[in-house]
Amino acid sequence: MEVVLGNLLRSGVLLSAAVVLWGGCVYLSRHAHEPANYRVFLGEPSEFRTIPGIIRSVINGRGRGLIQLGLLLLIATPLARVTFSVVGFAIERDRMYVVFTLIVLAILLYSLFGSSIGG
Amino acid sequence: MTVLEFTAVVATVSFVAGLLGALTGLGGGVVLVPLLTLLFRVDIRYAIGASLVSVIATSSGAAAAYVKEGFSNIRIGMFLEIATTFGALLGAFLATRIPTSALAIIFGVMLLYSAFLSRKPRPPAQRNLPPDPLATRLRMNGSFPDLDGPRSYNVQHVPTGFSLMFGAGALSGLLGIGSGAVKVLAMDQAMRIPFKVSTTTSNFMIGVTAAASAGVYLSRGYVDPGLAMPVMLGVLAGSLIGSRILVKAETKSLRLVFSLVILVLGLQMLYKGLWGKI
Repeated sequence: MEVVLGNLLRSGVLLSAAVVLWGGCVYLSRHAHEPANYRVFLGEPSEFRTIPGIIRSVINGRGRGLIQLGLLLLIATPLARVTFSVVGFAIERDRMYVVFTLIVLAILLYSLFGSSIGG
Repeated sequence: MTVLEFTAVVATVSFVAGLLGALTGLGGGVVLVPLLTLLFRVDIRYAIGASLVSVIATSSGAAAAYVKEGFSNIRIGMFLEIATTFGALLGAFLATRIPTSALAIIFGVMLLYSAFLSRKPRPPAQRNLPPDPLATRLRMNGSFPDLDGPRSYNVQHVPTGFSLMFGAGALSGLLGIGSGAVKVLAMDQAMRIPFKVSTTTSNFMIGVTAAASAGVYLSRGYVDPGLAMPVMLGVLAGSLIGSRILVKAETKSLRLVFSLVILVLGLQMLYKGLWGKI
């Protein structure tokens, strides 16, 4: 169980890093010589801050969309870890910890889908 | 600076921060936001978004190694994660409401506290504490492999630890850091968890905590792909290499240098925040 968890975390991080790196290469190959400016906070356009928007920009072959997809995978890694723990505690018939883990899972899901990122 | 130059410099700085953070055990995330805002004039909200993402990467990367060694206590971690994720969600919503100068001031205070904590000697470990009824009910007591065979421990003061962890989560969500300093306070000092168990369990928890606020940050447009890319890849590479080459002999002076850096950055953040220059 714990070995599975460890491998899950590691492969999740490596996969997301690979996607981010790929997206970064695409982004740099197109925008390398533009000026970089992060002094003023504008907020990201919706194509980079909602799940449907990110998926659309990936389909359109955008580098920054790919980077955001990699970051979504990274956020999903702890989510998968917590989901696995629910199963683990259920197998051990530890009802109290199944409930605790479900509470954590609910908070994570709310953050990812409830705070308007889903649409 | 062009995008290419900016990416290269930010990736290098992030790599060094991740490397030093892993070598000293102080975490690289805590210096990233001040470096990005003070050195590269990045708006603190973009800096926090990028830093938070890198915190998830290093935590999940390091936790993968720790889980296998049998030090981390998954029950303690999961129970306290209720507090940290709830705090993180609240912290992230707060961060979108309070002015950036206030964020800089809170960050400065947090850095000064981390620098102070890193110089303070660790209190001697207390063994053979009596079992606490609440901790026993929650099945938190456990054992871990020590030099002379497995050593068991009894967890103390669960409510105090839980409340402190809520604070740690809120700070993490507010500032985009792992807030290891507060977690140490909660788990070592209040709950009396042995050092090896508390550090590995806390590392295990940081990723889940950060993921709880990352969704809010992403949806509010704080995570810029052009900035988060070099930061995340740099910190991840630095911390992975740093955790492989744990040199025992030189960490002491390295720790001193790193805590001085944290101190200076903390004072700068306070100054900028108080005089509204952020």
